[in-house]
Amino acid sequence: MIDHMAPSGGAMQLIGALLEQRTGQQIAANRAWRIETALKPVLRERGLPSLDALVGQLLGARSGELADQVVDVLLNQETSFFRDVAVLDQIAAAAVATQAAIGNRRLRIWSAGCSTGQEPLSLAMLFDEKADAFPMPPEIVATDVSAAALARARAGRYSQFEIQRGLPVRRMVQWFDTEGGDWVARQELVRRVQFRQQNLTADVPPPGKFDIILCRNVMLYFSLPLRRQVFDRLATAIQPGGLLVLGAGETVIGLTEHFTPSEAFRGFYRTADAESAPVAAAG
Amino acid sequence: MKTCLVVDDSKVIRKVARHILETLDFEVREAGDGREALDSCLAATPDVVLLDWNMPVMSGMDFLRALKNSGLEKRPKVVFCTTENGMAYIRAAIEAGADEYVMKPFDRETLESKLQIVGVA
Repeated sequence: MIDHMAPSGGAMQLIGALLEQRTGQQIAANRAWRIETALKPVLRERGLPSLDALVGQLLGARSGELADQVVDVLLNQETSFFRDVAVLDQIAAAAVATQAAIGNRRLRIWSAGCSTGQEPLSLAMLFDEKADAFPMPPEIVATDVSAAALARARAGRYSQFEIQRGLPVRRMVQWFDTEGGDWVARQELVRRVQFRQQNLTADVPPPGKFDIILCRNVMLYFSLPLRRQVFDRLATAIQPGGLLVLGAGETVIGLTEHFTPSEAFRGFYRTADAESAPVAAAG
Repeated sequence: MKTCLVVDDSKVIRKVARHILETLDFEVREAGDGREALDSCLAATPDVVLLDWNMPVMSGMDFLRALKNSGLEKRPKVVFCTTENGMAYIRAAIEAGADEYVMKPFDRETLESKLQIVGVA
């Protein structure tokens, strides 16, 4: 039975510290209630009466399996198909312009912090609709820190609630099948995305340079010093003149010299070292 | 202010939809079946129709066909909103001219998202 007494401040602090240590994400003081709400299913599953008891198990655990589970449920995995559709349309336009500038080289895109996969799958659908603009389909690499989120992304399986949020019905019918009440992306769509586990705050980026990096609604959970480090890391993974796309409330301003606002694509950033780079010339 | 005609034989569904739509700044009209809905459209065309499938007197599909043949100068956007969640139903609705499809049960976010997709929210 779950004990409804308020958890000790120490338990909340330790759990918050575990999340930050593993992922860089911070839980703001006014969102601390999320810890209790999100961890209730874990307490139930493990027969633990309270967060204090959970912390006791975490401290005494011999493997990291419990810590992995705790971190996974605390991560904010909010996402949807075609989230901020105007931004997605602008990304597609930027991809077409960039492809025109780089000739026959395959365009490469990194969806960093892809959660359960809706963003990279939305991109794959958009690029399919603009197939004439690309000599070969753009390479889409999608990463997330959460193994559980990536497992869902690779399976391409979504609930009725998830599939209806943002996904136009014609695209749904074209790319998804029904299976036991869920909607499952066809393999021909899922295969267009390479899903990999990666911690933005600790791991090296996926190999090679990317023409466009999407890192939307991720930085806002990081401390300012950590944001600077992550921008430095993203800068090592982007082509000269490449484009960086952040979430609506996020900015590079005051945090990095590597990126400056793009003149051609409002709200996007491009590398600062790209006077004559092909992508900068395109946009 | 955009107008939405909610067509459903369930008063409860109409009430729930009205509540959500009003919070999205829609002016809401209601109809209990396809025939009432058609009369309402002919009297004043709404921007969008939220349409149930199974209703007495005239079904959602029959309404859609009648709307097509009504000679209305500007057809409203039509969003099916139904418990018929199978692929065959969805394909049939698209072929008949529906612009979007909401599978019940729905919530505010789903409805808002679909209304944005058809360009009325």
